[in-house]
Amino acid sequence: MAEEKASMAEKMVLSHAPHIWSGFSISKIMYIVVIALLFPAAASVYFFGYYALILLLVSTVSAVLTEFIIKKARKKKFVMDGSAVITGLLFALTLPPRVPIWMVVLGSVFSIAIAKEAFGGLGYNIFNPALAGRAFMTVCFSREMTTWVLPTYFKFDAVTGATPLSEGFVQQADRLSLYWNMFLGSTGGSLGETSALMILAGALILLALRIIDWRIPVFYLGTVALGSFLLGEDVIFQLLGGGLMIGAFFMATDYATSPVMGNGRIIFGVGLGILTLLFRQYSPMPEGVCFSILIMNAVTPLIDRYIKSVPFGYRRKGKNA
Amino acid sequence: MIPVIRKKSAFRGLHLRENKFTASKPIEILPFPSKATVALQQSLGAPCKFIVERGNIVKTGQKIADSGNYVSAPIHSPVSGKIARITKLVNPSTSALMDAVIIESDGEDHWIEMEKKFDICNSGDYKKLKGIIDSLTDEVILALIRESGIVGLGGATFPTHVKLKPPPGKKIDIVILNGCECEPFITSDHRIMLEYGKQVLAGLYIISRILSPGEIYIAIEDNKRDAIEYISSLMEQMGFTDKYKVVSLPSRYPMGAEKSLIKTIVNRTVPMGGLPLDVGTVVNNVATAKAVYEAVIEGKPLVEKVVTVTGGFENPKNFLVRIGTPIIELIGLCGLREAKECRVIMGGPMMGNILVDTDFPVIKATNCILIMDGRESIEKNCINCGRCIRACPMNLMPLEYVRNVKKGNYGACRDYYIENCIECGSCAYVCPANIPIVGYIKTGKSMLPKK
Repeated sequence: MAEEKASMAEKMVLSHAPHIWSGFSISKIMYIVVIALLFPAAASVYFFGYYALILLLVSTVSAVLTEFIIKKARKKKFVMDGSAVITGLLFALTLPPRVPIWMVVLGSVFSIAIAKEAFGGLGYNIFNPALAGRAFMTVCFSREMTTWVLPTYFKFDAVTGATPLSEGFVQQADRLSLYWNMFLGSTGGSLGETSALMILAGALILLALRIIDWRIPVFYLGTVALGSFLLGEDVIFQLLGGGLMIGAFFMATDYATSPVMGNGRIIFGVGLGILTLLFRQYSPMPEGVCFSILIMNAVTPLIDRYIKSVPFGYRRKGKNA
Repeated sequence: MIPVIRKKSAFRGLHLRENKFTASKPIEILPFPSKATVALQQSLGAPCKFIVERGNIVKTGQKIADSGNYVSAPIHSPVSGKIARITKLVNPSTSALMDAVIIESDGEDHWIEMEKKFDICNSGDYKKLKGIIDSLTDEVILALIRESGIVGLGGATFPTHVKLKPPPGKKIDIVILNGCECEPFITSDHRIMLEYGKQVLAGLYIISRILSPGEIYIAIEDNKRDAIEYISSLMEQMGFTDKYKVVSLPSRYPMGAEKSLIKTIVNRTVPMGGLPLDVGTVVNNVATAKAVYEAVIEGKPLVEKVVTVTGGFENPKNFLVRIGTPIIELIGLCGLREAKECRVIMGGPMMGNILVDTDFPVIKATNCILIMDGRESIEKNCINCGRCIRACPMNLMPLEYVRNVKKGNYGACRDYYIENCIECGSCAYVCPANIPIVGYIKTGKSMLPKK
């Protein structure tokens, strides 16, 4: 007995209750999101060729490297938790297909260094890093950021052309085939935003595994649909056009920059929808998803402050107390 | 057959891996220890004072500590022998020091005089048993329960005689016997239902006799089908009326928590900061019911506990042990597996307290000794995912406690109703960032500014 006691005493360690853990860690969540993102990424390579693949890889590697260097420089532990991979991938997917590579590197570094790490790293960032990077690019390189090409498949020579949103769909005679092309992704647009089909495929995984909350995409898309209908716009065209799909499922649902309560997420989604409608209706820019999400990111702390849960057994003061 | 009612869980809850390795292992009766360490603080309420001194000779079951306060429960010697010395122990749930006595056994186990009114093991005359119980007055029953040191054995250790005497003006119309045992690993209540079912039901009869409620529910999770069947067959055998109902509940954590249980069974919401009696309900654990029976019918004070010893063992077991037995003796009997590091836990994996000393004794609240491997846990930043909120059975916002405690902003925790937290650990279990949320909550509660 004494022997056993002595040998145990050496080995005993402390911990807090609970002593078991689900094991569903941040890294697991992040890598599942990465897998889901591979669907739109694959579509971008299919439609825009090897150059798209190069952009995706360059952006992802720069993002991860930037995070690694910053963590080391600040003498903090670098954990390959997959969040930088997501930022890198998402950032590249928001870009037009023929952006010069050095610009992508710069934007990717900005996303991680300024929008994420400068705020304290994962969980402390106020703005979605990938979208902050894209906003930075839009301001710095407005010409390159609005040069669109038509799907090239695996040919390198690109033909410039407009996106459906910037062109306005009125010229298109056959609406049904336009919708179909927009759904599949064989139209002009940013790398990852054209194929609604592949975005939905990835999003379905995230919804099924309850990694993203359905409230944000449903209320975002719902608001846009309803608003477009009331404004007399083509609802399906508005839903499929621009970065709305990828924004609603992959960017607006980012945990750190969206509200935490279900009701807060509904407000967030509706706010996004209203902003996107406004931008699309009145802004000279053809697209408003990126800035809508950034603005609602800024509103998130306010929403979280006022939207709280109602505790079990809560009774309002003065009422049958 | 007594019909079994099925209920759906009234809260989301967690589905945990059960790991109930000892569910089919009969309770082994362990001999009394050669040296028992008895802590002075083993229940909620006013602290006790020793009524014996060093060198005194005591019998098994003799009262050694008591308090003049109504809300308290006395403590009895679990062995016969000599009070050797007074020592200090670290209370594992509060980390505060508490007094304790070490009693050296004389090797004989001389018990105090006990008046056994009925022999439930050998007599099947349940009418007679009911007659005996019905002939006792409330005052006599409550006094017997108090003098025997019975406390809530589900873990809260609230003195039972106080619980069974609601303040004037409060009417109890529902009594629930809690046999949920929702924590993984633990099987002590399960084995008590299977092996002491008669005592448990007779104890429930005594409790109901005092409170005279309109409805009585026996709540058991559906992962213990054998217990549900056995208890309902016993009820028929013992002639229980249809006022008593067996309820089969889904195995969802924390089903055994009073507030969750009451909501699930009778759909009543215990108000924030309130007690079950505020909604006319009293919940008692099966182990408490057994202890009540032994106190009232056999005159036996609370000196024994059924304890599951499980986790990192070759041969995990259930024991009936004397309170005061050092847990190292239990660990030694189950074949500890080799491990580089281990955690010694008193209680279950979700709410149990870590022990720093294997000499720590079994106390009234002990229902399990759990050994787990060391775990490397690196706390990451909160990513605001909200899983803790959705896991919380009390609908609280655990992430806000972490945020505010880190900032030292304790007052803000009250704005998020930190006092309402039952510390079930569901939030930390699901947290992807592996944040020890319950640790932050305990800190937050202890640092809460006075109102």
